[in-house]
Amino acid sequence: MHTGVNVTALTVFLLFFALVTVMGFLAARWRRADDALHLHEWGLGGRSFGTWVTWFLLGGDLYTAYTFVAVPAAIYGTGAAGFFAVPYTIIAYPLVFLFLPRLWSVSRVHGYVTPADFVRGRYGSKALSLVVALTGILATMPYIALQLVGIQAVLDVLGVGGSGNWFMKDLPLFLAFAVLAAYTYSSGLRAPALIAFVKDTLVYVVIIVAVIYIPMRLGGYGHIFDAAAQKFSTVNPATGKPTGSLVLGPSSHWTYATLALGSALALFMYPHSVTGVLASKSRNTVRRNMAIMPAYSLMLGLLALLGFMAIAAGIGKGVQGFNAQLSVPQLFENMFPDWFTGVAFAAIGIGALVPAAIMSIAAANLFTRNIYKEFLKPDATPADETRVAKIASLLVKVGALVFVLAMDKQFAINLQLLGGLWILQTFVTIVGGLFTRWFHRWALLAGWAAGMAYGTWTAYGISSKATKHFGGNTAEIPVIGEIGFIGLTAFVLNLLVAVVLTLVLKAAKAPEGTDETSTGDYTADAGDEAVAKAPQPAAAH
Amino acid sequence: MSSEVQPPTEDGAAGPLPAVTPARVLAGICLAVPIVATLWVSSYTKADPELGGMPFFYWYQLLWVPVSALFTVGAYLLIKRDEKARKAARGGDA
Repeated sequence: MHTGVNVTALTVFLLFFALVTVMGFLAARWRRADDALHLHEWGLGGRSFGTWVTWFLLGGDLYTAYTFVAVPAAIYGTGAAGFFAVPYTIIAYPLVFLFLPRLWSVSRVHGYVTPADFVRGRYGSKALSLVVALTGILATMPYIALQLVGIQAVLDVLGVGGSGNWFMKDLPLFLAFAVLAAYTYSSGLRAPALIAFVKDTLVYVVIIVAVIYIPMRLGGYGHIFDAAAQKFSTVNPATGKPTGSLVLGPSSHWTYATLALGSALALFMYPHSVTGVLASKSRNTVRRNMAIMPAYSLMLGLLALLGFMAIAAGIGKGVQGFNAQLSVPQLFENMFPDWFTGVAFAAIGIGALVPAAIMSIAAANLFTRNIYKEFLKPDATPADETRVAKIASLLVKVGALVFVLAMDKQFAINLQLLGGLWILQTFVTIVGGLFTRWFHRWALLAGWAAGMAYGTWTAYGISSKATKHFGGNTAEIPVIGEIGFIGLTAFVLNLLVAVVLTLVLKAAKAPEGTDETSTGDYTADAGDEAVAKAPQPAAAH
Repeated sequence: MSSEVQPPTEDGAAGPLPAVTPARVLAGICLAVPIVATLWVSSYTKADPELGGMPFFYWYQLLWVPVSALFTVGAYLLIKRDEKARKAARGGDA
């Protein structure tokens, strides 16, 4: 174990970082656009990505550095309960297979760049579109901040930062983000799309090596699980309960299932997920990706097991207040030769840059299309939109940086948990709208408000060891009486309110608003007449 | 072909395929199977049988990841065929 700076690992890490920086800037020339000033170019890569590029992009987008650090950390801390990330990613793809092709088609025909654009067109409601956009931005900001937490974990273990005055301490992080901001500004979505190739390749290599090599050194999986079972059987003196469990207890079944289902429903409501989907070039590109994305889920599942390996390797044993987030980076440093530790940390570090870039682009698109153009400057030209989006992407990143540096890290984690709950409240409006115009726009607005209020209030009342409020995302489900994911309970409430109020408003003949979409738009594909006439330049070559 | 009247189908309607076709139903089942299997938590919360030292709880769920992908591939192929048939039926109408 190193106490100072791990020079070899740091050198390898910096080499990879330099490589992706060059790639990020060169990406502007990759598949160069016909009309580079259009927001579709900067913000959606010209809607031109085929199956493999989309696969790398979505993989780089959804499986973030924070995931790599937090999922095994949860396993390290609580055991089986942390494994819900696996059923979550199993459920997600069959589920979204049903509606994402429809979202792709209608967005392609009408030139929608964000989910809020679709809501505006479908329901003819500025208010509903605004709340969808604001919810998206609100849920994305802490998520970007958490990517920084992922990089910080790596830098800490490398021995860089974490000491000296506040400026020196955070300088490496600051530099990493400045570079990221610069190439996102110049290359748009093409930068993360290209860098995702490097990121995902590194991630696959590191995880495959880790799940073979580390168990060999630790005496096999049998020994690893035995060590974990032993740790979890020790009783926590504060609560009088075991610290965790290797297999879920009967009282946790509902929690496990509702967290998996709720997270799966929320996944493609996040603006950055939608950005990745809309950047693909056809309906079948989207569908094919739903079939091949599980390759990443398998990696995530294997990665989760690293949490047990960290226990078996004695990481953090006897250390008072050991930060579980550091368990996997520390495991890598203890187990791997220095040069490969560098590769593994590069995988995590670059794994933070790709989603952070896409998230900031998605948030910038939302601001530009649904706030700036809608409310501030309705006559903005496409070139204006692109300029504003580029600046917004910078501001979003600065905001995330301030978040992590100035505020408590725990606050970012709390907000990210809340973000999942919040973003799920846009599901009824978006997915409902993809299949039917039955819901009334005011009812959807009320349903959203009910879900947000219930979810936030319930989460506020949860305290944990680390924080007084917002200490978790599970609570008793009314009526059923089991412990479940608050977001899913809020979602059911949201749906009920929307259904009941729609019936009332329809009976009262409240104005429905105009729908600019037609039935055929939802099944249009690349090569169709409707797509050829779409209000945007043809895909880049 | 385009100028001819479509032969009436069994229920008497001509032209486009009905909303519910066997291919769509099968695709729906393909998508539902992994969701139901993974949400049925009590079916896999046990330690035995172990596989190479790994409790059942973990390897069973990991196994479902590639299995779910196969089901999604099935749904993809069914839907692709169904969309082709729909396009042909629409083309026949025009």
